Amino acid sequence: MTESPYERKAVHGSGTERDLRLDLFRGIALWLIFLDHIPSNAVSWITIRNYGFSDATEIFVFISGYTAAFVYGRAMQQHGFIVASARVLKRAWQIYVAHVFLFAIYLAEIAYVAHSFDNPLYTEEMGVLDFLKNPDVTILQALLLKFKPVNMDVLPLYIVLLLWFPPMLWLLLRTPSVALVTSAALYSLTWWFDWAIPAYPSGTWVFNPFAWQLMFVFGAWCAVGGAQRLSGWINSPGMVGIAAAYMLFAFGIAMTWYFPRLGVFVPKFVSDIIYPIDKTNLDVLRIAHFLSLAVITVWFVPRNWRGLKSPLLWPAIICGQHSLEVFCLGVFLAFAGHFVFTEISNRLFMHVVVSAVGIGIMVATAALISWYRSVERGSGPRPPSIQPGYAEGGA
Amino acid sequence: MTGRVLLTLLVLALADPAQADHAAECRLGAQEIERDFPLPQVTRAIDAKQLHILVVGAGSSLLPGSSGAKNAYPARLEAALAAKLPGVAVQVSTDVQARRTAGEMVTSLPAALAAAKPALMVWQTGTVDAMHSIDTDQFREALEHGINIARSAGADVVLINAQYSPRTESMIALGLYAENMRWVALQQEVPLFDRFSIMKLWADLGTFDLYSATKKLDMAERVHDCIGQLLADLVFQSAKPDEPRAESGR
Repeated sequence: MTESPYERKAVHGSGTERDLRLDLFRGIALWLIFLDHIPSNAVSWITIRNYGFSDATEIFVFISGYTAAFVYGRAMQQHGFIVASARVLKRAWQIYVAHVFLFAIYLAEIAYVAHSFDNPLYTEEMGVLDFLKNPDVTILQALLLKFKPVNMDVLPLYIVLLLWFPPMLWLLLRTPSVALVTSAALYSLTWWFDWAIPAYPSGTWVFNPFAWQLMFVFGAWCAVGGAQRLSGWINSPGMVGIAAAYMLFAFGIAMTWYFPRLGVFVPKFVSDIIYPIDKTNLDVLRIAHFLSLAVITVWFVPRNWRGLKSPLLWPAIICGQHSLEVFCLGVFLAFAGHFVFTEISNRLFMHVVVSAVGIGIMVATAALISWYRSVERGSGPRPPSIQPGYAEGGA
Repeated sequence: MTGRVLLTLLVLALADPAQADHAAECRLGAQEIERDFPLPQVTRAIDAKQLHILVVGAGSSLLPGSSGAKNAYPARLEAALAAKLPGVAVQVSTDVQARRTAGEMVTSLPAALAAAKPALMVWQTGTVDAMHSIDTDQFREALEHGINIARSAGADVVLINAQYSPRTESMIALGLYAENMRWVALQQEVPLFDRFSIMKLWADLGTFDLYSATKKLDMAERVHDCIGQLLADLVFQSAKPDEPRAESGR
């Protein structure tokens, strides 16, 4: 994220300074996504997906929507629809390139596994490598975003969300309520008609953009003044109580996943209602869980909380400020971590080391990018009117 | 998950350390077995001294080689149940074929059930669906449909989920399918044999090195033998919950 003078003003004047909480929680979400993406990682028991319905994906998409509206909304107000849209599309292109780069690394990993691994216990599972036999089709389908390896579903979702964002942002800046209702209507129609994007070789996208756009647009809506409208409501003790009760309920249900014997305490009609909890289509239970988490977080961490300036939280904040780079790095590091488990050691100690080193690399890289950008901006030959880095700022 | 591993380690630390034999190896997975739902048809069949089980599955119910059928878990299940049920004629037949999704298995179910007339259908599925990323709604519908077909053919059902396969974990997203199987099992009140968690526990505890690359069959055979034994425990205890657990002698 850049620090151009425009950034100090929110789109609808909701404050004079950048809300560091966004960077903080996006940074934490990136860490959690990284930990969850390393297969079998014992450290991932600390991540929120184990204690309720929603996970770090909701946080990431919500905050990305918020910052996208924040950055491109200002661009749209100042430079018009065309310029802002062009910047959004440029961002989508960057993410596409990043995704293809990660796919190349993925191919390298699996080609290695295909070459080196054999075990009669896993004859069936090794069939997953069959697609290496016709790489032409697979690579083409990957470029079309239809073939997506495990854990590489977030960036394609992000690309589609950005493609749909310019008209949505235009609407958000004029009549925010209509924009939010439109988004909710699309979400409902998606559930009603089972709209989805097909995947290759079969099935659909793991994150259905028609459903997940609601989280993104809701984030954007909060950025253009929605958060202020809700603030009285969010900060009421009654609301916090409801949120806490729901979180507790979700926690109880989540415990039955890990300790199935607790399942006897869940009446059948409850399990009939809640299951399946549909991640692909952003289940209402997940939305409610995310909202509860947000209400409680905002209650405990006010905007001007002094801790936000503390050096202890700086590592998360700096990661949140360079989310695309850090996200991609996290996907790569998760592959690398899995490689370490299979080739070197998969003992608990190694899980801790891989997790800690991975987060360390993410923080160091984010700091390096910050430094690099500040150097470029300070001594760069470009005139300041171009505002380098504006379009690629963490949206 | 980690909680359970720690719990197990604690149990082991407190227990008799002289548990080195193969049967004890298998026992480490026993706590993962749930016996929440009864198997009335199996109970009836045991009382009638004639228990016929049909195993429906895909590639992970098979072992390669000439003695594969003898060492794969369906045959081990038969042996273990026969040992637990003296005087009962236990017979396990199979409808197993590699690379089949749940939906594909359902199409051959009526014929297989009509031929075998089992009291219990053990249904192993989920891996191929995950590999082909079959739509999870379709996957759930196939499971529900298959369970209904088996029930109307007079058979109880036990579901078996995917194997834990650490090497291919970054290529097959089993999580979604495992969750969906758990939900269907809960809603249809069918016991789920959680093969994934059991094997994960074995890997975490070092019982079996599931990461190892080898062409040899010995580990695969021991894993299948353990699965057969634990499956027999599940069937026995779900069908005869009142009788003492027949594991002290093992």
